[in-house]
Amino acid sequence: MSAHAKPAPVDAPFWTPGVILLACLMATGFLFVVGRFTGGLGAVSNLSQTSPWGIWIGVDVATGVALAAGGFTTAALAHIFGREHYEAVTRPALLTAMLGYTFVSLGLFIDIGRSWAIWKPIFYWQTNSVLFEVAMCVVIYLHVLYIEFIPILAERFRQGVTFPGRRLWVLEDVIGGILNFLDRILDKIMWVFIILGVVLSCMHQSGLGSLLLIAPTKLHPLWYTPLLPLLFLLSAIAVGYPMVVFETTLTTKAMKLKDEMDILGPLTRFTIILLGIYLAVKLGDMAHRGTYVYLCDGSVQGKAFLVEVFFGVIVPWCMLLLPGVRRSRGWLFAASALVVCGVALNRVNVFLVGFQAPYAQQSYFPSVGELAITIGLISTLIFIYRICVKYLPVLSARRLEVSS
Amino acid sequence: MDITRRSFLGVAAAGLGSAVAGNAAKARGATPPKHAPDAYGCLVDLTLCVGCRKCELACNQVNQLPEPDTPFDDPRPLDTPRRPDEKAYTVVNRYFTGRLDERNALIPTYVKVQCMHCQDPACASACIVGALTKKENGAVHYDVSKCIGCRYCMIACPFQIPAYDYFDPLTPEVRKCTFCFERISKEGGRPGCADICPVEAITFGKRADILALARERITADPGRYIDHIYGEKEVGGTSWLYISREPFHKLGFLKLPHEAPPRLTETIQHGIFAYLWAPIALFGVLTAAMWGLNRKQITGEESPDQSENKEDAS
Repeated sequence: MSAHAKPAPVDAPFWTPGVILLACLMATGFLFVVGRFTGGLGAVSNLSQTSPWGIWIGVDVATGVALAAGGFTTAALAHIFGREHYEAVTRPALLTAMLGYTFVSLGLFIDIGRSWAIWKPIFYWQTNSVLFEVAMCVVIYLHVLYIEFIPILAERFRQGVTFPGRRLWVLEDVIGGILNFLDRILDKIMWVFIILGVVLSCMHQSGLGSLLLIAPTKLHPLWYTPLLPLLFLLSAIAVGYPMVVFETTLTTKAMKLKDEMDILGPLTRFTIILLGIYLAVKLGDMAHRGTYVYLCDGSVQGKAFLVEVFFGVIVPWCMLLLPGVRRSRGWLFAASALVVCGVALNRVNVFLVGFQAPYAQQSYFPSVGELAITIGLISTLIFIYRICVKYLPVLSARRLEVSS
Repeated sequence: MDITRRSFLGVAAAGLGSAVAGNAAKARGATPPKHAPDAYGCLVDLTLCVGCRKCELACNQVNQLPEPDTPFDDPRPLDTPRRPDEKAYTVVNRYFTGRLDERNALIPTYVKVQCMHCQDPACASACIVGALTKKENGAVHYDVSKCIGCRYCMIACPFQIPAYDYFDPLTPEVRKCTFCFERISKEGGRPGCADICPVEAITFGKRADILALARERITADPGRYIDHIYGEKEVGGTSWLYISREPFHKLGFLKLPHEAPPRLTETIQHGIFAYLWAPIALFGVLTAAMWGLNRKQITGEESPDQSENKEDAS
């Protein structure tokens, strides 16, 4: 008997105070979405002629994609490199990635001016455009993630679906039959999708970094480097496992499950190497281009870069070096949270803080509407995650026995 | 019946195949800058402009833009520097650089601002759907029917020119100077602003010709001009060129590198994605890794001890 049970639905109460709060945040965000589609982008956002991209791109899209990296990094570890010990975290990471990319698409749908035209890049190819590459990879990868998720649905609904209330015999059997059929086919060819998912992730994680290379005079020199695509890829790979630790700890804590430390601790040993490579390339690039002169010039950008690298990379890297940190649930969570925040801040720095348009009258700061929509989207994501782990076999951790 | 169906499928497959192949062919190799050799351009001689704002008026009428808050014959808007936006594709700004006339009054310099119509436009290279394109006649042209409103052109433009309709909820457009594309496409047609200018501060012609004209004027009267044709080399060259008596940095012009921004991004993109070699190579390497380290994922067979485990678990 292996240490971990098979993934199974978690029978925990659903409408906790936290979930009710999520629902309220979702409703608030939705109101502003209505405002955006009736009054235009200008009605709810602080976007301007000199700040065409705000937090919907910097946070919802760029950070969302980076933090979904747990999906492909765990798949590579457990399925490609055969480290089966980590099998237990692949499903929650896959679910996070699938929901993450779904919400990246939703964020883009709200952000682009002509939302109804979002399908056009599929037909009008512009292969010089970095954004075209990123969009294509995201579209294909989203479908790969859905395909990778089918076996989880099939496992749950193999016997047919039961809808609450009255039974709908035909529909239930048809859905069950389709899922079974797909599952049998996918069982043979899933390895193609697993590898494809990793390849697509590498392509567009780096592609996101290439996006701002078209604006050499606008992105602050602390971040503008031809290595930006590589740095985006390396940081995405480095943040994958810390993100898994981050969300697994939150989930197991919130749903009163076993802590999974026997997986999470060893998992972060890889992070020491991966985060170390990212740090080395980032510092080497800074030394090579001599951009350290901007670090202490008192500018917002200099401070933002220092915070990003010191608290987001160096401190958690040093923490993870200590075996004691990797064994302690609290410390491991803290170190992982720092890495996650560091990568998130890096994306925000590149897309917002470091982006300085000429002739700008004022610097960009998100409006209440932008924040409400972003928070609403994130809340919806967590809400659906919660539904999925309740009804689908995603988590392997078991509920703690109620101690008397 | 069967034959028709099969031939239909054949035609459909061939069509799809050639569409993919055609797109793939375009993806090969970094595309060279797209400007045609005899494209048009405009020379703005800042020593001639008197700030009458007639060009703004003409632009407004030609492009059917909304009426401005202050009429075009009112000089007051000159007091504060403006930028072209979604309601005005060109604006004239006034700068005092400190030069005095014989009565010790400050001499103004008027600067007309609009899209520079780059030779190798960053906006067009960035555009996700190819809604922005560099035309044979020199214009950087916007096709609203393709646009999705991602605003990457606004990120990319080194001159910060494209402006957006932020208050149109469903059909906003990117708006900028069109180089009067329709007008200059006709024989003898000139842009509205160049046509109306009463002091001939704007000269419309083939870019090569107006570049020669700019050099000629500088050489003929070196006291009147600084030796810099703005737009000759900036970001790979622009269709609109400026000559001036005052240094350009004092007149709101940006100091820009001579390399066009798309050269770096397109080199990276096509370097990695020519024939999709890098993704295919990565796929191969990972498949080999899986075959070596986790073969049962591919073959579906379990080694004896593992199948035992599985039964145990289930």
